Amino acid sequence: MNIIALVKQTPDTAQLSAAMDGLMLSADGGPRIVNPWDEYTLETALQAREEHGGKVTALCLGPPEAADALKTALAMGVDEAVLVSDPAMADSDSLASARILVAAIRKIGDFDLIVGGRAAIDGNTAATAVQVAALLGIPLVSYVAKLRNLDPSDRTVTAVRLLEKARETVTSRLPALITVVKEINEPRYPSLIGIRKAARADIPVWGCEDLGLDPSGVGAGASGVVWRTELPPVREAHIEMIDGGPEDAARTLVDRLMEEKVI
Amino acid sequence: MASNLLVWIEQVDGQADPIAWQAMAAAEKVAGDLGGSLTAAVFGDGVGEIARQAIEAGADRVYTADDPSLARYRVEPCAKLLARVLEHEPSSVVLMGASTAGLELSAYVAALAGAGLAPDCTDLHVEGDRLTAVRPALVGNLVSTVTFRGTGHRFVTVRRNIFQPADPDATRTGEIITVPAALSEDEIPTRVTSVETADGTVSLTEASIIVSGGRGVGGPEGFRPVRELADALGGALGASRAAVDAGWIPYAHQVGQTGKTVQPDLYIACGISGAIQHLAGMKNARVIVAINKDADVPLYKYAHYGIAGDLFSFVPAIAEEVKKRLGR
Ligand SMILES: Cc1cc2nc3c(=O)[nH]c(=O)nc-3n(C[C@H](O)[C@H](O)[C@H](O)COP(=O)(O)OP(=O)(O)OC[C@H]3O[C@@H](n4cnc5c(N)ncnc54)[C@H](O)[C@@H]3O)c2cc1C
Ligand SMILES: Nc1ncnc2c1ncn2[C@@H]1O[C@H](COP(=O)(O)O)[C@@H](O)[C@H]1O
Repeated sequence: MNIIALVKQTPDTAQLSAAMDGLMLSADGGPRIVNPWDEYTLETALQAREEHGGKVTALCLGPPEAADALKTALAMGVDEAVLVSDPAMADSDSLASARILVAAIRKIGDFDLIVGGRAAIDGNTAATAVQVAALLGIPLVSYVAKLRNLDPSDRTVTAVRLLEKARETVTSRLPALITVVKEINEPRYPSLIGIRKAARADIPVWGCEDLGLDPSGVGAGASGVVWRTELPPVREAHIEMIDGGPEDAARTLVDRLMEEKVI
Repeated sequence: MASNLLVWIEQVDGQADPIAWQAMAAAEKVAGDLGGSLTAAVFGDGVGEIARQAIEAGADRVYTADDPSLARYRVEPCAKLLARVLEHEPSSVVLMGASTAGLELSAYVAALAGAGLAPDCTDLHVEGDRLTAVRPALVGNLVSTVTFRGTGHRFVTVRRNIFQPADPDATRTGEIITVPAALSEDEIPTRVTSVETADGTVSLTEASIIVSGGRGVGGPEGFRPVRELADALGGALGASRAAVDAGWIPYAHQVGQTGKTVQPDLYIACGISGAIQHLAGMKNARVIVAINKDADVPLYKYAHYGIAGDLFSFVPAIAEEVKKRLGR
């Protein structure tokens, strides 16, 4: 099985603190991690390879530093990693990113399965992987909580999708793109040998020219949306602490909640 | 230039999802300033009643498709159909709820249409004649203001429980346009082989009241009082990741960055410290109550009411009081 894992690098929100707000964290040079949702992406791809053989290629679009996310992927055990990076690609929206990823997927060549995450924690659009499937015209199975059956000979995949009000079992043809949710597995830690191997790895970097993309067809200029980002309004502490023993406090709280008309 | 609005009405088995009427309310909010008409689209198997409701909710025109292949939402047939409908509705603002289906469908059709997308928005306004969408980013630590380029379609999904639908107006009239399915069953690449609905329990993302437990509940049994309070209030049961990771409660209950984003009227957190990743999922609740034995936890910065005490004595007392006062 040839599997492509879509992996994004995102700011490391665990580093947020009173001294490090969201803007500082997102600024160039800030601390970065593999998008937490894409740890499940990688684990899903690796387990599929372990069961069916073949190879996993991790694909990431991002600035040069995003190679670190691919080093993590290599340390976890992917066979190959490709970084797509070009200054012209900066500020691509989800669809412009999807177009670039599709060009890279075509260059990688044959695949049976593409795995992506539910969303990336930075932009939280939950759109890029979906749009990759739409542009490739391959079946999409999103929000996968369990891979029931992945059958390369029968060319089908059966998966359980975690929806808001239901768990839905779906069978699809292969090749397909799936997006995964946290419930699907427990991502492995990079092994020591893996970390050493990854440190030595030479990760290819593909730019517009390598992908046959016109620089004017990527990046901010080719995006359907423009965004401006700010810190959220500061919230004043306005808590009312309710004192007293359990019965008294319960009475006061229920009074307040009824005044607020929330119960 | 005036822009028309088109709202996709999400449905299951001939019943509209309440988020669809919230998307309609969001459309109504900007329709006046955008100066266009309000159109709805509903696809399913037996959706006549929903089409009628869409008109009562404000649509001037409704596209309906009735076909057994559309009974249960699947992305490919709905996306192809919506893309086809949009060919007749040039440069529209396409709105839907940011449900699992809405997030997916909007992204898919935006890709087919080559259009811009603003997902999971918490506010919409019009500046001049331009639609502006507000959406949280970086798990609530940033706010993005999104505008659209070009003059084609623009896609927006709205977060659940933000826009309040007005009462339906039974006197409204509108046009119903029937369209055929875009794909036959054979052309649809996926089959739904079983559906397990979470019966009886209130869905987290739709609940107007959520009572959550964290590491402070101490174990699976510790969720009993928390669940009893949720039941007494007719609310849903939530959890922090710490409690989920400990295996005390299934992942479906997790609230936060890697769980569900919720926006209930009331969020009661029992034994939850209020880590940034948990706050990301619930800090926009209208009223937040924190019950924590510690007198100083991060959640108190966001909570409206706090009780510094042992949850095992306070939570059951609150449940008792609720039953007494609300007669449940
Ligand atoms: C990438 C990433 C993603 C994450 N995503 C999420 C997410 O989606 N959702 C999420 O919730 N977390 C998430 N986290 C984890 C988050 O950082 C915290 O670890 C988690 O929210 C802590 O849960 P907690 O508040 O239950 O536990 P703790 O922080 O341990 O707090 C437990 C609280 O219970 C109180 N307590 C103990 N006993 C009692 C008692 N008897 N009565 C009253 N109070 C008591 C304590 O005083 C304490 O404040 C994520 C972390 C990372 C790194
Ligand atoms: N720049 C990127 N490089 C590789 N994969 C990406 C990139 N952006 C998004 N993805 C994939 O798409 C999923 C959804 O991301 P998003 O639409 O940004 O929320 C992620 O979990 C990844 O699997």
